[in-house]
Formats: sequence, structure tokens, C-alpha cells
Amino acid sequence: MNPTLSPNPLTDLNTLLQFPFMVNALEAGTIVAVTASVIGWYMVLRRQAFAGHTLSVMAFPGATGAALIGLPTSLGYYLACGAAALAMGRTSIPRSRSRVGETAAIGTVQTVGLAAGFLFLSLNHQVLGGPETLLFGTFLGINTGQVSALLVVALVTLAAVAIVARPLLISSIDPEAARARGVPVVLLDGIFLLLLGLAVAATSQITGALLVFALLVAPPAAAQRMTLRPGPGLVLSIALALGIVWIGLAAAYFSPYPPGFYMTSLGFALYLVVSLTRRARR
Amino acid sequence: MFTHDFVRNAYLAGTFIALACGTVGWLVVLRAQVFAGDALSHVAFVGAIGAAVLGLDERIGLFVATVAVAVGMSALGRRGEADDTSIGIMFAWILGIGILLITLLGTSSQGGNGIAATNALFGSIYALGPGASQIAAGVGLVVSLVLLAGLRPLVLCTLEGELAAVRGVPVRALGTLFLIALAVVAAESTQAVGALLLLGLIAAPAGAAHRLAIRPYRGLALSAAIAVGSTWGGLALSYEISSLPPSSAIIGLAAGCYAAAAVVARWRERPGRLVAR
Repeated sequence: MNPTLSPNPLTDLNTLLQFPFMVNALEAGTIVAVTASVIGWYMVLRRQAFAGHTLSVMAFPGATGAALIGLPTSLGYYLACGAAALAMGRTSIPRSRSRVGETAAIGTVQTVGLAAGFLFLSLNHQVLGGPETLLFGTFLGINTGQVSALLVVALVTLAAVAIVARPLLISSIDPEAARARGVPVVLLDGIFLLLLGLAVAATSQITGALLVFALLVAPPAAAQRMTLRPGPGLVLSIALALGIVWIGLAAAYFSPYPPGFYMTSLGFALYLVVSLTRRARR
Repeated sequence: MFTHDFVRNAYLAGTFIALACGTVGWLVVLRAQVFAGDALSHVAFVGAIGAAVLGLDERIGLFVATVAVAVGMSALGRRGEADDTSIGIMFAWILGIGILLITLLGTSSQGGNGIAATNALFGSIYALGPGASQIAAGVGLVVSLVLLAGLRPLVLCTLEGELAAVRGVPVRALGTLFLIALAVVAAESTQAVGALLLLGLIAAPAGAAHRLAIRPYRGLALSAAIAVGSTWGGLALSYEISSLPPSSAIIGLAAGCYAAAAVVARWRERPGRLVAR
């Protein structure tokens, strides 16, 4: 059933690109990799992986809710992610309070979203291909229109990140110093969560709620273990994410197993290798 | 309502699972380890699917997977606690394995893929048999008692790690043991409220309790009470309204308590109010 690998890499590339669905998947994967690794670099720096994961599962209530009231699915994704970002931003405003309250608030937002999603799903009996598809995505069923929409959202997100890049960096590393220098830290917190939500909503329509999280956290974490400088770190993070997505898609094409498994395993292996070499070098 | 066996089983299991979730949750929130709880709850899902692929009992998969990941996470982090990034990475990988297992389950001869996965994700408390609910109650009770017994050293090494180490408290071992207790709770409650929703029963009542009470025993009792109350209320609600799934009702009530507690706490701390006590 599956195409077989030949010794000649050029033949393999031709086999890989002979179907339009595979070209679409590679295009979408490239866009997703770049967006997720840039936003994810900031997310890992700000230690907001939990918030990122919460936003990425908001795809579930978004999709089921939209199906229930007859809205387009993608609108549901954006609405759910935006609402969750606002809810989390609101609860984390009193920064003086310790992180104790904050994680409980994020956890509550996440389960409320998931519980609502489950409620929508059981109210609406025509199941959307089962909850697993929503969570784990259908990377190989993307059409050209989705790729263009994804590109637009990705460009908007990246442009917004570029605008706030420097103040966001300062306020992520040292919020006190940033506040002293007049950077609107609280506003930036909110903006960052909204941007994270936007990126996640766009990408999880294609990669599934759980896979986008793997791309958000693994490449940036590995990059930050290798270098702490922002410029090279961001470039490295993008490169690693692209490598993971391309290899994962190609491996899935030539084997019976899903791309998500390969991508997450590659990300984990990468992080493990980087951490171990760093520990060994000391 | 209580004339039905399935309702009695659900109440028996739900009460003690909620008790354990409320107790462990209070410490989870205090230690800022809600993300670890989240990871363990998703791992429970992968464990359940794995057991289905191998044709084992669901509970074996749940407990083996969660306890193994709890030990792994505490080994990765310093002081027996896992940090944000290492949890995230490990978590993403485990979910990737979950995707693989779902594919394997879909292609295997056993079938029934959708039902097993949906049950593991969202729980089916009304489908618990008498044996399963007695086991759930027993596990919940034991975990709660163990945590209560170890409360003093756990609180001490959470708030003052250095002091605890100086006084000879094994901080690292306690951290690992605590994560294992959390793993056991996650595995047990997956059967009742499901892997995706059990975090709500851990985080929401405990978050509410932390907003309202600072003293350990009072906070712990409040957290457990809110969790048990939400479970009882949620079960009754979903019994009356048949289209409302029990796990959604339970989480809805718990989250409502959290929101109410946040409002009360803000009102108490409003500017211009003299600090009593």
C-alpha cells in the first residue's frame, strides 16, 4: 500500500510530491512550523507552556460549538481561543500575587473549555469524525484554500510579533525592569496571549489540538538550550521546527504511522540530545 | 434516584474520587504543579488506549503509564519537581505516542476504537460496576489519608525548601512521592470524569480554596468539600437533565465555585477595607 523508499533521494522526492495533498501538507506544515516556532520561542522564554497547551485544546470547544450553532468551524476556533486568552489574561493581571493562583486559573479555564466542548458534542449528535480527529488533526486532508488562509493568519501573527518583539523580550526576561523603563507589561501580557491564541487557532485546524503544542514547545526549548541570544535562537528554532515537520511528513508518507507520532518523537529526541550534550560538556 | 444501582455506584466512586482530587489538588496548587497534573491526566488517556491496544485491563494501562511518567518527570526536574519546559516536551511526546496507539487500535481487529477513546477522554461514571466503584472508593480514601498524614512535611518543603532540607526532611523523595500520589489520583479519576476533565476537579476546587483560606487544614478541608459537593451536584444534575453529561456538569459546578471564590476574594481585598484579624 505505502510507497517504498528507493536508494535515490531524487526519486524519493518525486514520489513524495506526486500527489497534491502531499504538496498542500508540506506547504501548510512549513507555515505552521515557522509561526509556531517563533511564537513558541517567546512562550518557552516566558514559561507559559501551560497557557499554550490550554489555548491549543480550545480548538475542541471551538469546533464542537461552531458545529452546534452552525457557524463556520474556523470562526469557532478563533472565538474559543480568543475567549480563553482573554480569560487567562484577566485572571493573571495581579502580578504581585504568586504563581500559585495563576496555574489554578489556567487549569480551570482549560477544563471549562473542554467540558463545554464535551457538552456541545453530546448535544449535537452528528459527530464530527470523533473527538480524536479534532485533537490529533488530519494533516493529510488539507485543501489549497486552507493553505492560503493559514498563510494570511501566519503573516498577520508574525508581523504583530515583529512589532512588539523588543518590548516583549524585555518584559519577558525582566518585568520589573521593563515596567521601570515604561514598557506596558500588563498590556503586553495580554497581547502575547492573544497572539498565541491566534497562532494556535490557525494551526490547530490543520495539525490538531495536540500536535501544535509539540511544535510550540520542542523546537524553541531545544534552541534555547543551545543559545540564549535572541536572534540566532529564533533562527535556530525555526530551522529545527522546519526539519521536524518535513522529516515527520516524509516519514509518515513512506510508512503506515501518523505524522504526529514522528514529529513529537523527533522533537523529544532532539531536546533530549541537546540537554544531554549540554550536561556532558559541563 | 438512589433506587438505581448505577447511581449508587457513581455516588460511591465519585465521592471518594472527589475527596482525593480535592486533597491532592490543594497541594498541587500550592506547589504550582497544575501543569504536571494536566500532563499526567493526558498520560492517563494514552495509558488507557495502550491497554486497549494490548488487550489488557484498562486500569493496568492507566496506573502503569501515569506512575511511570510521574517518576520520569521528577527525575528530569531538580528537587523532584518538573519544570514547565520539561513537562511540556515529555507531554507532547506522550501525546504523539497516543496518536500512534489510536492508529494501531483503528487498524487492529478489535475495533470499538471510538467508544474506548471517548470514554477515556471524557469518562463514564454512570457505567462503573459495583466492583470498580468499590476499588475507586478505596483508592481515593487511601490516597487522601496518606496525603493528610504527610501534610506537614509536604507543606514545609513546598514553602521553605531550604529549611525543610536543613531539618532533615527528604525534599526530593517527598516531591517524587507526591507526584506518584498525583499520578494515582489521575489514573483513578480518569474512569469517572475522564482524562481531559479530571484537571478541573484537581484545579478548580483547590484554586477556590486557596483564594478563600490560607491556613492549611482549613484550606484542605474546603477544597475537598467543594470537590465532593460539585460531584454530588453534578451527578444529580445530569441525572435530571439527560442530555447533560455528568463530567461536564461536575466541572461546570466546580468552575462556578472557583469564579465565585475569585469574586469573594476580590471583594474582601477591595481598597479601603480594614484588614480584620
